[in-house]
Amino acid sequence: MTRADAIEIAASPEAVAARLAASRYLADDSLATAIFLAIRLGKPLLLEGAPGVGKTEAAKAVAELLGRELVRLQCYEGIDAAHALYEWNYQRQLLAIRHAGEHEIDIYDDRFLIARPLLQVLRAPEQRVLLVDEIDRSDHEFEALLLEFLSDFQISIPERGTIRAATQPIVILTSNRTRELAEALRRRCVYHWIGYPDAAREAEIIMLRAGGVAEATARAVANAVQSIRARPLAKPPGIAEAVEWANAATILEKGGSPWPEAFRRAIGVLIKDEEDLSSIAPELGAIVEEALV
Amino acid sequence: MRRAENLPRAAAPFLGFAMLLRHHAFAIAPEQATSFMQAVTLLGPRSMNDIREAALATLAPSPDHREEFETHFRSYFYGDANPSIEGEEDDETRIKEDRGAREEEHGPAREEKGGELSSALEQLSNRDFQRDGDGLGAFGRKLASALPARRSFRTIRTRSRGTLDLRRSLSEIVSADGDIPSPLLRRRQLVPRKLLLLIDVSGSMKLHTANYVKLAHAAVQGANRAEVFTFGTRLTRITSALRIRDRDQALARAAALVDDWDGGTRMGPTLLAFLSVPRFSAFARGAAVVILSDALERGDHSDLETAIRRLSARAFRLSLATPLAGDPRFHPATAALRAILPLLDDLVDGSSVKSLSDVILSLARPAPAAETIWKRVA
Repeated sequence: MTRADAIEIAASPEAVAARLAASRYLADDSLATAIFLAIRLGKPLLLEGAPGVGKTEAAKAVAELLGRELVRLQCYEGIDAAHALYEWNYQRQLLAIRHAGEHEIDIYDDRFLIARPLLQVLRAPEQRVLLVDEIDRSDHEFEALLLEFLSDFQISIPERGTIRAATQPIVILTSNRTRELAEALRRRCVYHWIGYPDAAREAEIIMLRAGGVAEATARAVANAVQSIRARPLAKPPGIAEAVEWANAATILEKGGSPWPEAFRRAIGVLIKDEEDLSSIAPELGAIVEEALV
Repeated sequence: MRRAENLPRAAAPFLGFAMLLRHHAFAIAPEQATSFMQAVTLLGPRSMNDIREAALATLAPSPDHREEFETHFRSYFYGDANPSIEGEEDDETRIKEDRGAREEEHGPAREEKGGELSSALEQLSNRDFQRDGDGLGAFGRKLASALPARRSFRTIRTRSRGTLDLRRSLSEIVSADGDIPSPLLRRRQLVPRKLLLLIDVSGSMKLHTANYVKLAHAAVQGANRAEVFTFGTRLTRITSALRIRDRDQALARAAALVDDWDGGTRMGPTLLAFLSVPRFSAFARGAAVVILSDALERGDHSDLETAIRRLSARAFRLSLATPLAGDPRFHPATAALRAILPLLDDLVDGSSVKSLSDVILSLARPAPAAETIWKRVA
């Protein structure tokens, strides 16, 4: 598959939204537009938002809608070129030097090069989707290292020269915004801020993602989660937690717990912070009752 | 210029909008303006919403300035003559961040509002800021090496106690024509932890805030990664202002940023507001956090307790420096202090620059928890 195929698939924002929905990912108009523009403009897509709003899921859904393999690079403090771009296989190089004896040997040959995610994506014969996850966890130096890749889809290996992408990859970066990203990185990307969905959309997502959850349950969970998120919590629940809550409550209900009680007993899958749990516990009954109406 | 003249007439409004944003201190690169026009073309545009979506995706305003962006969009494309200005409700904790040039540009506009704020600026700049010879220079120089350290994931070369650095060893071997000299070693680097100072600028701290801001300036100059916020009824980040080397200029800039000097205290809600911004609360993670406040919270202190508990869970060490502790008769007797004492690592004297400098320089040294010490004193 080539870039032209991707452009054909992403014919319009509506087409993108429809195909994402077929991949079980409900995107609002803004996100569908941002994905459409990223594909059509051939630029990386930077998704920012609170933890749990579905940024990584969006990247997976894009890979699925385009029918491409997803290569994921998880960022962390201290990540550098050796983890993201390439590394030389030093042991093999040493052995080769020993074996070569008096003969000439190119220790920077392909067989000594270990391709890390970015290089893998550039050398892949088919277009791939690259997910650079949680870029805000990496150091500023790593961000600077990415700039060449993000603007020209190429990397420079000092011993080998510049390697360009065989087919231009689709790149998606995610950030939880625990630190401000460099302007140089932002301006190379198409940008979208993903917020929490409203109750109606969240209920749709729950219906889509959770197996065997009744519509009324999904709506009640969505309403209750909206109300819980409005409180000053250390870790507001994400969409995945809401789906888990609906699932868990349904399982408990089928096991014999009546409704409000099933929600209360399953709260551990929604709120995963002890302090949040103790602050929300006294009000939980009222929140659930209100959501069930 | 010539390019702009040659531009198709239909493209002019979009370029004009990019220029308007640039004029209002949004960092819009030329390639972003080009992408904006391409995006508009790709989307049709079928409606004004398409233009808005294209602008949001390509000109990438940060979420903090989204409202300002929307205001400019409405005023430019809809001719909205009275764009709604950010609310000034005092019962809501507002968060403010210094943004270099942006703040400078907005400065005069705020002064025009008149009396109240201007007098606050004047008052502050006339306070202790001009004095010198307080030992803060020495404090700043000692700070980088005095802060608690942690092992980074980055590595440095070492002569002993390390793992084999194959990358560097191999290049040595190649340059030595295949001979193997002594192998090179590396180990994980020790880096100083972040220092986070949260300065209470409420009325009850009036006598001390000037000294605290001076100390914060020395800390930002001395430490690699120091962050400073002020809080009273609002929360303000003043780190960038304090990065200016010249102290007078830095303090004047910081003074202009803070709107709530010598006002009331909403310590709990403002600290919770600090924690609710992921970028800010990330400053506290693994950091040495020092709160400079008397912790005299009005009314219910449950918010304060929650905020301190969350800060304590994030921080490497959480200290409260209160000027009240300068009095030998002081004891943490208020309900708020009693509630937060078990959560603090240190409750120390913050009545003078000297005592505060000593506290901050000793943060790397282990000490018994605040509760243990104060029980012993009692």
